[in-house]
Amino acid sequence: MQNIRRVISVIVMNESSVLARVTALFAGRGYNIDSLTVAPIPNSKMSHITVVTKGNKKVIEQIIKQLNKLVPTLKVTEHEEMVEKEMVLIKFPVKESLSDISALCRAYNGSIVNVGVDMVIAMASDEPVRIKHFLEASTRFNPIEIVRGGVVAIER
Amino acid sequence: MKMNGAQMVCEALILEGVKTVFGYPGGAIMNVYDEIYKQDGFEHILNRHEQASVHSADGYARATGKVGVAMVTSGPGFTNAVTGLATAYMDSIPLVVISGQVPLFLIGTDGFQEIDAVGISRPCTKHNYLVRDLADLPKVMKEAFYIARSGRPGPVLIDIPKDITAEFGEFEYPKDVDIPTYKPSCKGNDRQIKKAVEAILEAKKPLLYIGGGVVLSEASYLLREIVEMGQIPAVESLMARGVLGAKNPMLLGMLGMHGNYSSNMAMSETDLVISFGARFDDRVTGKLSEFAKYAKIIHVDIDPANIGKLVDVDYPIVGDIKIVLEKMKPLLEKKIDPSRYADWREVLNRYNNLHPQSFKDSDEVIKPQWAIERLGHLVGEDAIITSDVGQHQMWAAQHYPFDRPRQWINSGGLGTMGFGFPAALGAKKGCPEKIVINITGDGSILMNMQELVTASEYKIPVINVILNNHFLGMVRQWQTFFYEERYSSTDLSYQPNYKAVAEACGGIGYDVTTKEEFDEAIKDAIKQDRVAFINVAVARFENVLPMVPSGGALYNMMLKDKE
Repeated sequence: MQNIRRVISVIVMNESSVLARVTALFAGRGYNIDSLTVAPIPNSKMSHITVVTKGNKKVIEQIIKQLNKLVPTLKVTEHEEMVEKEMVLIKFPVKESLSDISALCRAYNGSIVNVGVDMVIAMASDEPVRIKHFLEASTRFNPIEIVRGGVVAIER
Repeated sequence: MKMNGAQMVCEALILEGVKTVFGYPGGAIMNVYDEIYKQDGFEHILNRHEQASVHSADGYARATGKVGVAMVTSGPGFTNAVTGLATAYMDSIPLVVISGQVPLFLIGTDGFQEIDAVGISRPCTKHNYLVRDLADLPKVMKEAFYIARSGRPGPVLIDIPKDITAEFGEFEYPKDVDIPTYKPSCKGNDRQIKKAVEAILEAKKPLLYIGGGVVLSEASYLLREIVEMGQIPAVESLMARGVLGAKNPMLLGMLGMHGNYSSNMAMSETDLVISFGARFDDRVTGKLSEFAKYAKIIHVDIDPANIGKLVDVDYPIVGDIKIVLEKMKPLLEKKIDPSRYADWREVLNRYNNLHPQSFKDSDEVIKPQWAIERLGHLVGEDAIITSDVGQHQMWAAQHYPFDRPRQWINSGGLGTMGFGFPAALGAKKGCPEKIVINITGDGSILMNMQELVTASEYKIPVINVILNNHFLGMVRQWQTFFYEERYSSTDLSYQPNYKAVAEACGGIGYDVTTKEEFDEAIKDAIKQDRVAFINVAVARFENVLPMVPSGGALYNMMLKDKE
């Protein structure tokens, strides 16, 4: 069976060690985590975890079922029709052209967010595959450091 | 009512109807033990090792169907309990285990006897709690019992820091449980049930595959009715022995690695597997691509994650087996025609006559299979049988005439050596009117042998039948078959004096080398009010047969020893 990429949203009780339960489940059962984000859902006792994983159909099905089995799990969504975004921060040396960097960032829903004495920090936020392109394009400006934010998704 | 955390723990246990707690005190749990001393709502049994405490609670739960309770201290007390938790987790046994923890302000400082109990137990409990606020304690206790016994049962750990058990607060035990994120689905989808029933009616060679879930769901009587009604052949997993009863003419036997010939052939040739509460474990299926190759599969299980995990299922039904069977019964009753499966039964009959479950008896030495059959003859349905893990376990499962669910108690999933004796103590506490016998080996009994002292102190007269072949027999068997007889670390020729050990701890011991002595020892031990070790010298090189070599197809069984 072929490996497929899946974005999964897990709504859990916002209580201590709940994230550990989720990640321990992936580790213990040998599932992959490509990316993971988590934050509380406003005005609720819940948190939203977004996991990007890879596996064949059977593995993905087991992941969903096992996540559902955790006592603090309210809902698991395997995204199909979704809006998916990822954010990235990049640090460049200030000797690179600020206007070129700015133009690149704008093409990927981003901008320059900080300029210091010897470095400039830029951000972009876009679909994961476009973030990949952005990172490839940014290599010409000799990035010093890259921090990716992980994927968040919402079902359409 | 105002009380401290330790009192709350005891009050909650009493309100949950707990009569027996198995445990071992220590620094972090001392506040609770102080309250145990003052109360008389339940009895506390002091095992001599925390692992044994959890196994005893487990045996109690398996024998009675109630939630078993164990209590341990922090650090090593808890880590000793982990094997017990994992054993219960793999077999879906409802337990509540309470562990002491260092005080809140010491957590994370590598305090004396501090260990991350919830971290360690996460993969081997159904759920676990670290109580950080006394106000949560009553709710946590209530939830723990509910989670342990509802849905697919399992062990729940409650880790309680020492300052929480000392602190005073208001105690009000919740009447109901409301966990918005935990709603096990029990009812079974009516449309799916209808479709499954139609599949049964249309099948030519249906086969019931019965797992331990039927025991847990208390659904054996319903399954017996349906088997009787449809005359449908059935096989049991290791965990389901006793569900149909050994005398049931539709029961082919146990299937799997050490299943009998007709059971494994039935699974290989059936056109419809009707599975209730079984999880298609690798020891059952053998080579997956050859398993039930010609069959559609109905899978009824309370745990959706079990369905389709290993085998593709045509009729998935998520639900409590008892409820699903209650719905299936009237649908089948009207339409099922037992004569439809007559040819199929005839085929299986021929298979059974071709290679019945058998062994070659001897006049010179006791064969382990003989000992088990003889035991069945002597005590039969009066006894609860526990076992450890290895050859003796398989022989017991193959040869003992189990007659009812909860009569057979063993560590099927995790395969924990040292389980049988403490589990027997728990079973006896739960069912004092029954004879309780642990069928064990000379390897397994040494793990948790300290329980002789527990049994003597509390006058829990269980009988340990040690089938002694001076080997770690199952590993030795694999070495014989697959490692060219290189007996690496399996020869147990160096032996303790089992009789003397039993007697040194307040029990009674028997050395048995002949069939007559075997009968006498069993009969005498039953009359004793003391724990017993019956050390039975059995044939050293006996193998458990049939055997499906690991990863092989079920129909490729080794039926005989190599000549």
